[in-house]
Amino acid sequence: MSLLEVRGLRATVADKEILKGIDLTVNTGEIHAVMGPNGSGKSTLAQVLAGNPAYEVTGGTATYDGKDLFALQPEQRAQQGIFLAFQYPVEIAGVSNAYFLRTAYNEVRKAHGEEEVDPLEFADLMEERLKVVDMDPAMLTRSVNAGFSGGEKKRNEILQMAVLRPKLAILDETDSGLDIDALRIVANGVNSLRSKDNATIVVTHYQRLLNHIVPDFVHVLSGGKIIRSGGKELALELEAKGYTDSASHSARSEESVARSRTGATR
Amino acid sequence: MSSSIDAVIAKEYQHGFVTDIAADTIAPGLSEDVVRLISSKKGEPSWMTDWRLKAYRRWQTMHEPHWPNVRYAPIDYQATSYYSSPVTKKPLGSLDEVDPTLLETYKKLGIPLYEQKMLAGVAVDAIFDSVSVGTTMKAELASHGIIFCSFGEALREHPELIRKYLGTVVPYSDNFFAALNSAVFSDGSFVYVPKGVRCPVELSTYFRINAADTGQFERTLIVADEGSYVSYLEGCTAPKRSTNQLHAAVVELVALPGATIKYSTVQNWYAGDKEGVGGIYNFVTKRGKAFENSKISWTQVETGSAITWKYPSVILQGDNAVGEFYSVAVVNNKQQADTGTKMIHIGRNTRSTIVSKGISAGEGNNSYRGKVQVLPKAENARNYTQCDSMLVGNRCGAHTFPYVEVANKSAIVEHEASTSKIGEDQIFYLKQRGMSGEQAVSMIVSGFCKEVFKELPMEFALEAQQLLGITLEGSVG
Repeated sequence: MSLLEVRGLRATVADKEILKGIDLTVNTGEIHAVMGPNGSGKSTLAQVLAGNPAYEVTGGTATYDGKDLFALQPEQRAQQGIFLAFQYPVEIAGVSNAYFLRTAYNEVRKAHGEEEVDPLEFADLMEERLKVVDMDPAMLTRSVNAGFSGGEKKRNEILQMAVLRPKLAILDETDSGLDIDALRIVANGVNSLRSKDNATIVVTHYQRLLNHIVPDFVHVLSGGKIIRSGGKELALELEAKGYTDSASHSARSEESVARSRTGATR
Repeated sequence: MSSSIDAVIAKEYQHGFVTDIAADTIAPGLSEDVVRLISSKKGEPSWMTDWRLKAYRRWQTMHEPHWPNVRYAPIDYQATSYYSSPVTKKPLGSLDEVDPTLLETYKKLGIPLYEQKMLAGVAVDAIFDSVSVGTTMKAELASHGIIFCSFGEALREHPELIRKYLGTVVPYSDNFFAALNSAVFSDGSFVYVPKGVRCPVELSTYFRINAADTGQFERTLIVADEGSYVSYLEGCTAPKRSTNQLHAAVVELVALPGATIKYSTVQNWYAGDKEGVGGIYNFVTKRGKAFENSKISWTQVETGSAITWKYPSVILQGDNAVGEFYSVAVVNNKQQADTGTKMIHIGRNTRSTIVSKGISAGEGNNSYRGKVQVLPKAENARNYTQCDSMLVGNRCGAHTFPYVEVANKSAIVEHEASTSKIGEDQIFYLKQRGMSGEQAVSMIVSGFCKEVFKELPMEFALEAQQLLGITLEGSVG
């Protein structure tokens, strides 16, 4: 089932056009990797889909779960199941992780007409979810991301993902700044949450993460456009040959176009 | 950016109404005759009248101070009326005899004088303009020997207590506004807790300004005798007005050896409209004197008033005395605040803690002014001060004026300060987790104020959080 359909997306930030016409289709049950050199627009794509107001959509459309994505406020997109794992998660001093997570969890529940959970019920839920990212329950009393190492912040993002169980998760360079062990924990977390009813877009620089989170499709972003798409082998090819090589193959292969448009899964 | 937050509805000041009761009001102007008239209308003893007159004469020699970091139009002290009392037919014996319109006023303000408050275990002393009306739970408190009544009633029933303690913490000569207050104070609260008694309920008071151009000069005196404990809540509302109203109260706290006084305030006076017109001037002198082994804690959440100018302070007179000041002060639109505290270390082994959280939004201007003074004989004094400012938006201001005067080598004084801004990235992060812009601001600000909120009695903490949210609506963007 088509979860996200992006057509001709153009976007600017600070009066500079970054996305120059993106086409992307993501179906449920799929993992898509978006790779590319610095400045290609990878993070911009992630932020625009999540609704960061610093970015302006100047053209194109995006349909999420049958709805016009750009007509939805950021919080509405979140309540409808879109989750962005931030590249640089911010700190919120004085707000405990437990309170923050419970509030976020309840907002999603309210949006689906479900009853809110109280702190005790939530604590039970948390006990189970913390295991997904191998995190110490003591971190729940700490302020959001306050005093967290880079690795802890990224794990906290995946913990939130485990709590909120989004339909479409967008991981914005989640692997940046992680050591091998942290990477493995993060990847395991993402993999354990994978189902046929959700989808993930993994934005990354390096092929390394994709050894652990194996994608169904790999897209190469360059100069604000997707210039190549393929299967997981494409990532290995990029690793070997670099991005510049792909830029010269600016036409997408017939095979990958057919694959992404018919929604065939691996 | 603003488009993502502008869905927030600006809440009209909900307490903007006037009660239609005929008020007995003195013509505007201030003179010795007016002072005598006020005293006689209240049936005060002659020593009280004399005290007022001395204060008035002293006031006449003083000049209004202009050193605070706030700006306001000159106050015409002859243009306001210094007395206003609701007209009632006979003396009030019980709540049943209270004018029903008055009680309706209290209901509108959310002060149910009846069962609800009693069930909640909070005694309420509601002041309507310059006269106190109806005191609940008097009998219950009386069984513990606790006196909680209006200042006026205390002057009639317990004049010796008033005479002993009035002016011992804030003498009438202390400052311009204290002198004015001492001359024309209308009414206020009086609390006396006997030796060793722990007051079983939070004591609370509400008051509001009703008649146009009436300044409110409240006088409160709380005396906690040796080894006693009392927690007092002050929360106030006022209706919309088109002319500025001066509110120059004086609050004196006396904590005798071993006693503890906890004084909490949630202040939501009318702050003026978005252009800064018509709000209350809150120029208050609040001070406590702590004797040996005693403790005085001030906790305040100030979200209202056009101008807030107050420094709830503690004189750490006796050995081992402890003083605390926890404050959240919010300014939005065109509000201004110059507030802080003074901790004067006189005895040995005294300790003071200051946690000040200032939030500035709109074009608000917020200044923290604090004084930590350690006198020469104050051995082993300890102070910890944390002064944090949060800026919301690009047009507001936050300033800090800390004064630290240490005359004893054994003192340890710590001062930490931080300035931060609510980042758009923080707002977006919370929105991306499903929260609205309003919830996001509220959460961030509550987190910022957490250390202060946890010092508030529970029933106030919730009101404070809501007040904060309302005050900051529409400020981010």
